[in-house]
Amino acid sequence: MEDKKTEEGWEPKIMAFVCNWCTYAGADLAGTSRMHYSPNVRIVKLPCTGRIDPLFVIKAFENGADGVLVSGCHPGDCHYTSGNYHARRRWIVFKSLMDFVGIHPGRLHFSWVSASEAIKWVDLIDRITEEIKKLGPFMEYRGLKK
Amino acid sequence: MEKELRERARELLESGEVGVVIGYGWNRRKRRTTPVFIRKPEEAERLVFNPLCVNNLSVYLTRKYPDIQKLGRAAIVAKGCDIKNIVVLMAEGQLKRDDVYIIGVRCNGVVYRQELWQGELRPEIMPVKCHNCDVREPHVADTVVGEPVLFTPPEEPVGMVFDKIREIDAMSPEERWQFWMDHFSRCIKCYACRQVCSLCYCERCITEKNMPQWIETSAHPRGNLAWNLIRAMHLAGRCTFCGECERACPVNIPLNIINQKLVLVVKDAFEHRSGYDPDTHPPLIVYDTEDKEDFIK
Repeated sequence: MEDKKTEEGWEPKIMAFVCNWCTYAGADLAGTSRMHYSPNVRIVKLPCTGRIDPLFVIKAFENGADGVLVSGCHPGDCHYTSGNYHARRRWIVFKSLMDFVGIHPGRLHFSWVSASEAIKWVDLIDRITEEIKKLGPFMEYRGLKK
Repeated sequence: MEKELRERARELLESGEVGVVIGYGWNRRKRRTTPVFIRKPEEAERLVFNPLCVNNLSVYLTRKYPDIQKLGRAAIVAKGCDIKNIVVLMAEGQLKRDDVYIIGVRCNGVVYRQELWQGELRPEIMPVKCHNCDVREPHVADTVVGEPVLFTPPEEPVGMVFDKIREIDAMSPEERWQFWMDHFSRCIKCYACRQVCSLCYCERCITEKNMPQWIETSAHPRGNLAWNLIRAMHLAGRCTFCGECERACPVNIPLNIINQKLVLVVKDAFEHRSGYDPDTHPPLIVYDTEDKEDFIK
């Protein structure tokens, strides 16, 4: 809480790893529909959620992200048939691992957002931005730089 | 038992069925055991088996050791826990069943570290895997040596590792972070955990990929965390909890805790136990449309 006082006006950096076919298109739809959402999110587009290596998430935290979102097509909708199913298995394990080493569950989010769900995307980003704002800057990880 | 073992090894080498027998032998001072590679029938006398035989020799079957592969078909002296790793290698297409002759040994448990040995095997000096061992009778083997072992593993796994996992699960995220940082900050990036692991057989490890440099090579807390997380992640659903990484670690990072945690997660989520069936795919290369997704928004 003290961090918030000292860092007046601090805005979290959130990395979003999204798939090209659903979530990226969903975010694009939110843009073309001129919806407003928190500008804290930086999107990295990848071909498929199956392409998202756990190392990307670790790398994002290493480079100063306060939160990470991983998002892709709903189950059954994958452009490559099964990429998101494989990704889901990986996340089940990876999320437990991150929890186990003490990365707050509020800093790592997973979601399914389809190409038509611009509203869901907007809600999601606003909600996780709020949540990560409450958690404050990820000083533990940034502290490792010293 | 050792007589039986040597007899078997001699027969195999004499008949030319195998080119090398990978087993355990005494070191020069007869205080510790060390891996030996027997290629001549008369050398079979060097083979021993006792509770000091802690090494998991299955690592010598992997492509990390092309020189050993050149010696011809291998026979390997393996405890039940070592056989689990061989089974995973088979499940992952690294070995065919016929490529290796498994001399299974019935094992009463080994010591956690060889230097703890006082001439008597007591439960206090045994690793956690031995307390919960359900493969004292080797489950996949061409021949089995030794007297049958009377031991039933406890229904609920017991041991320090499991207690510690419960303790960490009960901690707050900050405490967990502190706990692991205290341990990981000691890491010197020697990669002994990788070298000793028979399931870390990639020809080019992620740590050696430097375009971009995925994992920092210096022994620095940030890169140490990345390395230890990724090592655990790459072994998820494959690790058989043989404990070699922790034994090899020169700075005593409790890798068993993190490995066993993922073993439990995988067992819980996918009902998979690695190392029992060479025909089942490792859980992270397959999927089920019904996998749980309560954490996905």
